[in-house]
Parts: sequence; C-alpha cells; structure tokens
Amino acid sequence: MALSIEDIKKIAHLARIEVSESEATATLSKLTGILGLIEQMQAVDTTGIVPMSHAQELHQRLRDDVVTKSNQREAFQKNAPVLGNGSTQPAVAGGLYLVPKVIE
Amino acid sequence: MINSSLKQLASMLQAKKISSVELTQSFLTRITQYNPSINAYIALDEAKTLAQAKAADVRIAAGNATALTGIPLAQKDIFCAQGWKTTCGSKMLANFIAPYDAHVITQFDQAGAVNLGKTNMDEFAMGSSNETSYFGGVKNPWSFDHVPGGSSGGSAAAVAARLCAAATGTDTGGSIRQPASLCGLTGLKPSYGVVSRYGMIAFASSLDQAGPMAKSAEDCALMMNVMAGFDERDSTSLQRDKEDYSRELNKPQTDQPLLGLKIGLPKEFFAEGLDESVAQVITAAIDVYKKLGAQIIDISLPNTGLSIPVYYVLAPAEASSNLSRYDGVRYGHRAAEYADLNDMYNKSRAEGFGAEVKRRILIGTYVLSAGYYDAYYLKAQQIRRLIAHDFIEAFKQCDVIMGPAAPSTAFKAGEKVDDPVAMYLQDIYTISTNLAGLPGMSLPAGFAQTKDAPALPVGLQIIGNYFDEARMLNVAHQYQQVTDWHQQMPDLKRA
Repeated sequence: MALSIEDIKKIAHLARIEVSESEATATLSKLTGILGLIEQMQAVDTTGIVPMSHAQELHQRLRDDVVTKSNQREAFQKNAPVLGNGSTQPAVAGGLYLVPKVIE
Repeated sequence: MINSSLKQLASMLQAKKISSVELTQSFLTRITQYNPSINAYIALDEAKTLAQAKAADVRIAAGNATALTGIPLAQKDIFCAQGWKTTCGSKMLANFIAPYDAHVITQFDQAGAVNLGKTNMDEFAMGSSNETSYFGGVKNPWSFDHVPGGSSGGSAAAVAARLCAAATGTDTGGSIRQPASLCGLTGLKPSYGVVSRYGMIAFASSLDQAGPMAKSAEDCALMMNVMAGFDERDSTSLQRDKEDYSRELNKPQTDQPLLGLKIGLPKEFFAEGLDESVAQVITAAIDVYKKLGAQIIDISLPNTGLSIPVYYVLAPAEASSNLSRYDGVRYGHRAAEYADLNDMYNKSRAEGFGAEVKRRILIGTYVLSAGYYDAYYLKAQQIRRLIAHDFIEAFKQCDVIMGPAAPSTAFKAGEKVDDPVAMYLQDIYTISTNLAGLPGMSLPAGFAQTKDAPALPVGLQIIGNYFDEARMLNVAHQYQQVTDWHQQMPDLKRA
C-alpha cells in the first residue's frame, strides 16, 4: 500500500513528533523504500503459524510483596529538563514536575 | 602491553609488575593522543577512572583480586553508570547523568574493573555505521576514511585502537558482531536472557542483548564470566546456574582439537550480496577449521532473506513503544519554546531525536496502528517463528554454524548514510540470530584488499545453539591458537 504525505503527517502526530512540510516529503520517500522492503513478507504463507513474540518461552516471575526500592526523588529530579518558554530554571517545583496547564 | 591479553594483564597486576593506576594511566594517555581523531569515547572522567584504579590496587595488595581487578575497560554509552553522563548517542539524553548503575556496570564494579569512559554509538543503537550518533561519527582505526560499523562503533574502535583492554557492546540486530567484523576484533552476542538488560537503555526489548567486545575469545570468556548471570530486576533474565565461560577453551589438547566438530555452512550466507573478497577470507578460515579436525556440512536457512523485513517491523514497533518515554517531562531534552502540552511533546521529540531514530519510530507507529497490525506485526511474528525453526532444523545436523558476519569490509563514511535500505542490508547475516535468540560471535579471520582502500578486516561469524557460548568460545579460541589475525593492530599514525 502506497503511503501519502497525509499518512506521514498522521503517523507523526500519533508518534508526537513535529514534522515540517519539507521533512514530511523527505520522510515519505525514505519510508516508502523501507515499506517496500517489509512488503516481501506478504509473499509468505503463514496460515496456522503461531506468532513468536519472544526468544524465550518465559513466564512472569512473582516476587515477595516487600518494599525493594527507596525514595530517590531528589536524585531523579536532578535530571529534570529546563522549563523553557523564557525560563532557564529546572522544570520542577516542590518535588513535582512542571508541565503546561492541561486542565482548563 | 597495550596488546596484552586480559589474562596477561591480570598476572602482571597480581605480580605487582605494574599497578592498575599505571596501566590505566597508559590507556588514558593513548586516549588523549588518539581519541580526538577517532572519537571512540564520548564521556571521560579521569578522576573517577583513577579512583577506581587506586581502589583496585588496594584490593590487589590485600590479595582479593578477581580476574578483572584493575583492568581498564570501556563501556558502551547505552549502559547507565551512576554519576556518568549516559546519552545513548542522542541529543535527547545529552545532559542525562545516570542516577543508578546498570547490572552490567555493577558486575564490573564488583569485579574491581576500571571504567575508562563511555563509548560512542549510533543514536539509541539504531545504525550500522555509527554515523547516526549526535556526537559525530567514529573513525575505523584501520582506515580513518571508513566507518567502524555500528551500533557499538565506539567500543569497536576503542578495542581495535587499543584505547582499552576490552569493552562492552549491545546487539539487537548485529551491533556487536558487525562492528567487531569491520574493526578486526572478537565480539560475542550471548543467547537472549543471559546478560541482564537492567539499566541498559532499551531499543527493542525482545532482541536487545549485551556482550563483550575484545581482542580474543579468551578475553571474551573472562568478560562473560562477569557480565552473565541471573538478575531479578530484568524480567527476561534467565534463572540459570553461574557458568565458567573459560572452561572449554583449551579442551581437548591434541593436534586436531576440533575433531568431530560439525560446522554447518548455510548456502544463503554465501549467495549473491556477499563481496568476493570477503568470501575468499571466510573460505580460507573454513580450511583452517578442516585442518583442526572439523567436518563441514552444507546446510540451508531458507528464510534468511526474510529476516531483514521481519526485523524492520518488530524492532521499530518495539522501539516506538520504548522511546515513547522521551517526552521532555522528567528528563531528556525539552523544547525551549512551546504552546501547550502536545506542542511540548511534538517539539521536544522533533528536536531531541535524529533522522534515523525518527524514521524507526514512525515505521513502528505505522505497523502498530489500527488496521495494519495483522498485516505487519502479526505477520512478522509468524515469520520470526519460521526463522527460528530454520535454526532448530539446522542444529540437528551440525554443532555450530559459520559464515561471514557482514557482507563487506568497512565502507566509506557517507557512502550509505542517505540510503536506509542499503544500510539495513549490512545486517543480513546477523539479524536472524537475534530473532531466534541464539548466541553469535564474530572473530577476525583475515584482511580483504578492496579497491582504493587499505586492506580491511573480515570477521568470521560463529552461531551456536542456545546457551552454547562456552563451546563457541572453544571453537573460536582453537582457531586463535593457530592464527594471529586477532593480534594484529592498526597503525594509527598511518590510518
């Protein structure tokens, strides 16, 4: 199936990656090439074959319901990004992370 | 000394012929001299490194040394190391200081090894030439015009240029074996689940596996003894008994140490697409194995050609999910200007990721989107089983599989960077191993003369059955007892 510029924009939106008009055009040609490669799969009859999702047949291990981790908020928040929009401060306040307002 | 094996270095350290501080300093001096041109390391911290070396000397003096105590190693920048900048080769994590250690880093620390620094890599391990790194490409120490391969290109160049005693890499589709092949070193991707992925930045979780990149099979075995083992913090870590990966290296000691070994040669690995100069080197290496007593069996892995299409559905699908965590909220790059939350995500990710990473996220998002799941993702998982089944059938006829690790020697920087499909074909002989979860390695088998380039290394790939790493290392080690390709060093002044 051939991709269009509109498809690229839709996928980019789903992936939350901004693409300019010129980037979308360049991406279209590259992705079309890659999908052409992937298309080779369609020639294979896979009726009845059980999908293989993992290299090992694994079961989720259960562990004892005990505390294993300590609070490291301060250490983790040292990696907070810069707030932006004119501020060069880290995007944290009172132990929380700062993001644009999401509820009107 | 820079060309000494890990075992030789350990015995010099333990005999007090040299201290770890002196050894470490000699590597740091070489790094200062050569890294500005090679760009193998992207994070160095001399104070941290020398503190580890001093601690190692104290430990050696106290008589508590392990096989790697005091030995200077390089760590791929995909492993979180507490207090070290850990970027995964991306602008997204350019300022990220890891707040904790990956399991692999903890294991090396406990063994008393010294961390020389973090090595360059393709961004988020997506690439086969190291050219997608935000921090610039890496030069192949054998020829500075050529790429070192990828994604573990920095580790490969660091080992080849003798800027470390050995290094770590990770391999999702060939990222240990292809650079090992292109730089003339010995690299091992273990069976899936043998080395913990805890603290190793995720690309495609069902395929990612860490392993050693070193000069010889013997060195890889010593590295594996530290890296491998169960870790409850990785849900796919396998609960297996601790192994000594050196145990089979020298067995049995006869004129034909590999008598009875059955080597399968898949015809698909020698078909169209393989450079003639590489094929000649591989054939010569197989002849050495015949002299060592091995029996050659022609086999077929009929679905080899499908491994690339399958991989470029599954790996991007897993990557698009794994990389959704980079949203500019808690760590990583955040755009300087944005209107609302969605705009912040969109701009932060557009600015923080490079072109190849974006392509893979977009492909992954597409194949997982509504209406396409069955045609792409499910189909790829079904063919993945066919590919794994090919190996199960093959191992009924042979003990190990051999062939080239890469279709060509190192290519020139810039040659494939604008053609993703041509770049992806670099991994034609390595990807199927990851899909099946099998162990694979590459070892130096000679040099190929190519036009307008110096002679460049060629890697022989060995693929083993599940958990057969010790035997593969034996098979590689025996070859290295009768050849000296693994001891050859590039002339950095001429490269």
